[in-house]
Amino acid sequence: MISCAPGIVPDLDPAGGVEVRDDSGSTRNHIGGIMTGKRRIRIMVAKPGLDGHDRGARIIARAYRDAGYEVVYTGLHQTPEEIVEAAIQEDVDMIGLSSLAGAHNYLFPRTVELLKEKGADDIVVCGGGIIPDEDIPTLKAAGIREIFTPGTPLDVIVKWVADNVEPRGEY
Amino acid sequence: MNDLVENVVKGDIRAVARLIRDIDDGIPGVREALKALYPHTGKAYVLGITGSPGVGKSTLVDQMVSHLRRKEKTVGVLAVDPTSPFSGGAILGDRVRMQRHSLDEGVFIRSMATRGHFGGLTQSTRSAIDVLDAMGKDYIIVETVGVGQDEVDVVKSAHTTVIVVIPGMGDDIQAIKAGILEVGDIFVINKADREGSDKTLSDLRLMIDMDQKKYEDGGWKPPIVKAQAVFDKGVEEVLEEVEKHRAYLLETQGEIDFRRSPKRVREELMDLVKNRVIEEVLGKLTETGDFDAAVEAIARGEKDPYSACDELVLPRLEIH
Repeated sequence: MISCAPGIVPDLDPAGGVEVRDDSGSTRNHIGGIMTGKRRIRIMVAKPGLDGHDRGARIIARAYRDAGYEVVYTGLHQTPEEIVEAAIQEDVDMIGLSSLAGAHNYLFPRTVELLKEKGADDIVVCGGGIIPDEDIPTLKAAGIREIFTPGTPLDVIVKWVADNVEPRGEY
Repeated sequence: MNDLVENVVKGDIRAVARLIRDIDDGIPGVREALKALYPHTGKAYVLGITGSPGVGKSTLVDQMVSHLRRKEKTVGVLAVDPTSPFSGGAILGDRVRMQRHSLDEGVFIRSMATRGHFGGLTQSTRSAIDVLDAMGKDYIIVETVGVGQDEVDVVKSAHTTVIVVIPGMGDDIQAIKAGILEVGDIFVINKADREGSDKTLSDLRLMIDMDQKKYEDGGWKPPIVKAQAVFDKGVEEVLEEVEKHRAYLLETQGEIDFRRSPKRVREELMDLVKNRVIEEVLGKLTETGDFDAAVEAIARGEKDPYSACDELVLPRLEIH
């Protein structure tokens, strides 16, 4: 409630969202509370398979958050079935799969396949991790839109979302 | 929109997921959907779980879901995590602890970000509760970090509010006292194997006992349960206390008031009205350059902010 928050002044941003600037000078975006009708992109970062290394996935999640996206992290050891069900419940626009353990040739296409079965293949899927170059064409042919291998700068990964992911279509 | 509502009532996962998204994103058509949905609500039992970060709320919720599922109850979970005030983004990590229920059709889990709403968090969470209620969930568990008035309001609107603490946080209890002790119906000391759990227990008991008069007059006396949620210890006891509190509410308020207690309805309606007014007035402000013009005029010393406020708001109060 604005009137109860002394020192907080509403400011109007040109895009129609409402920003609130407090007197310490920091800026917070307050577009959610009022009916602006702006879709906020939601991303699921998922770790399919038995791979127990999620440092990379966590760093990616953090980078997405810092770029202003809402990121749902699933945790380790997920089956494609669990990931797809969670993605539908969370109504995410994109799934980022991370695999460092070599099972990507099964896990990534299986995820896309399940999304199709559930009528949710408008959710964009991309992947990352230790993925040999020769596997990439097959994965892309299976519907994984992009693969990010080690050494890809974070801003490339983040910018890819802005360029390739739109909020999902109407129900 | 009508199809959407119909499918929510039928329990269609995609429809439910989308309607909650529409609520969160503030899609204008959502109001009509919520109107149509309202007659289907008021059946679920709503539990609010709150406590500082790291006390084990998500783990407790995960275990409670398992217990409720064993009793063949269906469960909806709304896990609220903070939005970064700097980027507007959020990492919603509560699901990590609950993901084992992902394939269970009797469980629907949704992560929500606080998004820095104008008191709108309360409203959008309540609306999301209505959606899960209408889809037919028996229990709805809302989990929030109990910081700030909005989040306290969220758990306050639950039938039963569970406050989770851990031993050895000392002043933490003081912090709770200031804000949310009053709204706790059940206290859980999680990670009770840690040093200091007896001290925490006696601190809590002392605080609760200070309201002795209230209990003598028939008020609910909040029980304290020691638990180790990660090992599934004490979880059943928490749920037993929930059922006792539910029975207490039914007995003291009666079936009808229990479903829609006038106090809760009053708060909900007040929030809706406030948000609607803010929305309409700010929405109209964004259409013109009046706000910026007023800022400049005040900065130049030509106008005082109070008159400027009147000039901005009063003409815009005529809604429709």
